Amino acid sequence: MAHAHDAHAHHDDHHHGPDKGIMRWIKTTNHKDLGTLYLFFAFTMFFIGGLMSLVIRAELFHPGLQFVQPEFFNQMTTMHALVMIFGGVMPGFVGLANWMVPMMIGCSDLALPRVNNWGFWILPFAFAMLIGTLFMDGGAPAGGWTMYPPLVLQTGNAFPFLIFAVHLMGISSITGAINVVVTILNMRAPGMTLLKMPLFVWTWLITAYLLIAVMPVLAGAVTMLLTDKYFGTSFFTAAGGGDPVMFQHIFWFFGHPEVYIMILPAFGIVSTIIPTFARKSLFGYDSMVYASASIAFLSFIVWAHHMFTVGMPLAGELFFMFATMLIAVPTGVKVFNWVATMWKGSMTFETPMLFSIAFVFLFTIGGFSGLMLAMTPVDFQYHDTYFVVAHFHYVLVPGAVFSIIAAVYYWIPKWTGRMYNEFWGKVHFWLSAVFINLTFFPQHFAGLAGMQRRVPDYAVQFTDFNVISTIGAFGFFVAQFIFIFNMLSSCFGWFGRKQGLPDRVWEGAHGLEWTVASPAPYHTFEDPPQFSDSEGTAIHDEAVAKA
Amino acid sequence: MMSMKGWLTRLSTGVGLALTTIAAQAYTETSGGYNMPVGVTEVSREVHGLHMAVFWVCVVIGIIVFGLMTYSIIKHRRSNNPKPADFHESTTVEIIWTVIPFVVLISLAVPAAGTLIKMEDTRNADMSIKVTGYQWKWHYDYLGEDVGFFSTLAEDSNQARQLGSGVDVTQVPNYLVEVDNPLVIPVGKKVRFLVTSNDVIHAWWVPEFAVKKDAIPGYVNEIWTKVEQPGVYRGVCAELCGRDHGFMPIVVKAVPEAEFTAWLEAKKNGTEVAAAETVVTDAAVDAAPTEVAAPAEAAVEVAAAEAEAAPAEMSKDELVAKGEGVFKANCAACHQANGQGLPPSFPSLVGSAVVGGPAAAQIAQVLNGKNLMPPFKQLSDTDIAAVITYTRNSWGNDSGVVQPDAVAAAR
Repeated sequence: MAHAHDAHAHHDDHHHGPDKGIMRWIKTTNHKDLGTLYLFFAFTMFFIGGLMSLVIRAELFHPGLQFVQPEFFNQMTTMHALVMIFGGVMPGFVGLANWMVPMMIGCSDLALPRVNNWGFWILPFAFAMLIGTLFMDGGAPAGGWTMYPPLVLQTGNAFPFLIFAVHLMGISSITGAINVVVTILNMRAPGMTLLKMPLFVWTWLITAYLLIAVMPVLAGAVTMLLTDKYFGTSFFTAAGGGDPVMFQHIFWFFGHPEVYIMILPAFGIVSTIIPTFARKSLFGYDSMVYASASIAFLSFIVWAHHMFTVGMPLAGELFFMFATMLIAVPTGVKVFNWVATMWKGSMTFETPMLFSIAFVFLFTIGGFSGLMLAMTPVDFQYHDTYFVVAHFHYVLVPGAVFSIIAAVYYWIPKWTGRMYNEFWGKVHFWLSAVFINLTFFPQHFAGLAGMQRRVPDYAVQFTDFNVISTIGAFGFFVAQFIFIFNMLSSCFGWFGRKQGLPDRVWEGAHGLEWTVASPAPYHTFEDPPQFSDSEGTAIHDEAVAKA
Repeated sequence: MMSMKGWLTRLSTGVGLALTTIAAQAYTETSGGYNMPVGVTEVSREVHGLHMAVFWVCVVIGIIVFGLMTYSIIKHRRSNNPKPADFHESTTVEIIWTVIPFVVLISLAVPAAGTLIKMEDTRNADMSIKVTGYQWKWHYDYLGEDVGFFSTLAEDSNQARQLGSGVDVTQVPNYLVEVDNPLVIPVGKKVRFLVTSNDVIHAWWVPEFAVKKDAIPGYVNEIWTKVEQPGVYRGVCAELCGRDHGFMPIVVKAVPEAEFTAWLEAKKNGTEVAAAETVVTDAAVDAAPTEVAAPAEAAVEVAAAEAEAAPAEMSKDELVAKGEGVFKANCAACHQANGQGLPPSFPSLVGSAVVGGPAAAQIAQVLNGKNLMPPFKQLSDTDIAAVITYTRNSWGNDSGVVQPDAVAAAR
């Protein structure tokens, strides 16, 4: 069956091959091309945001100001967050969805290919505007990525550029999300019911719904900032009868689901990779789906835990504490399921598996600190300290970013037809794992001992933690070049890397993407494949009994 | 396999021992600079207790989960276990590991709720202090006592923290956590703080009291503390509030009640005396707390400070030169070093009606503030005269000289 489809695909290549040169990339509506563009864009942004983090870490290496003025430091923390979140992690996951969702559900492309092209090509403009503010009078936005008024209203000429950049990122995310939802709900291969979809498809479906629900909320919040600053409204200005805390409620109503937007696809990736290398089906597929959906639901009713110190009524603080603690239950279920998947498997530890296992370890550490932060009376002590910085970097870097890295290692043989270098992959893994912990683990201690966030300078008792952290950050940054060169070598066939991999690159892998050639032809599944349970990640006992 | 097993046993024993040692160490040295301080109030001790409880719950779960994972990574690798098992779901197991965490969470949530209720109960306070955040300093008002003052970063820290200051900050005592006028409160009294802000959002945080609350313009948030031991407790602004967010520390001196009453009286008298003389200098207010301990010495200081603060006539060049420094330290964040401000929030001073108009109006605005602009009463007469003269003679402005005595008269 599969080979017949491949033949079709090759046949069609002759008529619908890509344009040549730069116009291929500008005009493309092909999900694979756009996936590639998204990923290159994301890694460019990771590099730029990484450089900003190095400015931050260099300044914090020792107490006292050595390199930059406090104002520029604040610009760096603000821009680092915006670039990493909206430019790195989110486009990274959209790129993976572009490449993998059609291939995993057995359809030829995303449902709305032109919208897909538009969604991507908005991003370079959005980030050109945002990063361009660094060169303006008054510099880039420096009020934190959370854009709290009244502080953000003190931003200079960069302010409207910040707002419009956020609008554009929102439009891009919403178009991408609509595309994913429409594709998944309408274009699955015959036989692939919802509860047989690969976990990555499931988590992305849920993520897409979250995006559609909350990106407009962010757009509304920043638009109100814009009118407050330029059109005389007072949505958030106390002097005009407005309410600065209202902004925080609106922002975090977006912001907390946003947190899960950045971690649910990671759950899907890890749930795909661990079964492959454990050579054992994912444990508790159904409960994984239900847990993801529960997390998504809970994400809408916990937002105010980001703002426990604003002075909410006691009832509000209690409600948000209980709801937040509840998230630990489905998240715990996920971790236990991953461990149970590994249990009695027959594991090998190729690079994607190493990153996935590190994800489970380190994301869980981020989860522990998350549970601690959920407890309101204790959160008063943790809030806005480096303990929080450590917490969210643990879930975002060894969490979300490690999962993107794992996914690229896992699927790059399918994308390029060339295997990455396993030795350098392992070197990259161990350096990353060591340095990321050096960077962020000491920040827990700094925060507990009393070091507040977003400061360019600190009291001398925090020096040791910051020295270690800075060394870790520089080490981690440098180690990523190993990864970039390893991946580019597979893309472009450097170091004599040859194509010629089997369709099923990993012997333990299941899923429709492994039934097409490596590299995947430009057009895949132009005729829908018949989905059989042997390619499913969801194995139910009844299905096995029938077989 | 046997040697593998022995190696494993030894490894796990070793790791276990190391973890226990580290944990024990961490537990005994809870205020050793890498854990949350136990603090000096009943609430802070409860918060610390909750923190340690949830920490140990995490440690136990971590040991179980990571232990199983590590075991699996070693035992269930292909070289040890070539044939994978094929189990893949169990509703019973899923229910068990849903219910157990749920129960653990409830056991944490109940005491946390109790502490939270206690923290939010601001009734029956013995005294109230209004705390107002400014970019970038704190103002304290003893309500009903007619005592109020600004508290800013100590001068030696402020000089050392400038980019390229050349000062070794490790040699500055209490670098970045010292202020000119600490907040003084009595021990054993329930002190209520009414926290608000004059400009952007700040957060008032003293770790030893387990008290942190946002200072928000248009809001008055209530918190309270009851300090048990006399001492000096240091905190910081915890909410990003612009350029000098990292440089507006909090210092609270908790003193026995008698000492507090004496301090408060002296503070009141200091203000009254100064008002009678129509010369208010911060130096006089500064010196007041020390006056309690060493009146003679303080009196000398006051005299010296006054001499420094209000000299006779100064030349235009002197004032402009001094004013430039004052401007950079206090004004440039909003009005910018080039005087052009960031309109519309921060108006340009170039050709401005206020700067070009009568000196009295400009003095009044600097002293009392206007809209977003905070009052700068805490600066000395000389500094205010200098900075006004600087603005009136820079960037093409040319509207004359203001002398310190004009500022003194306007207070």
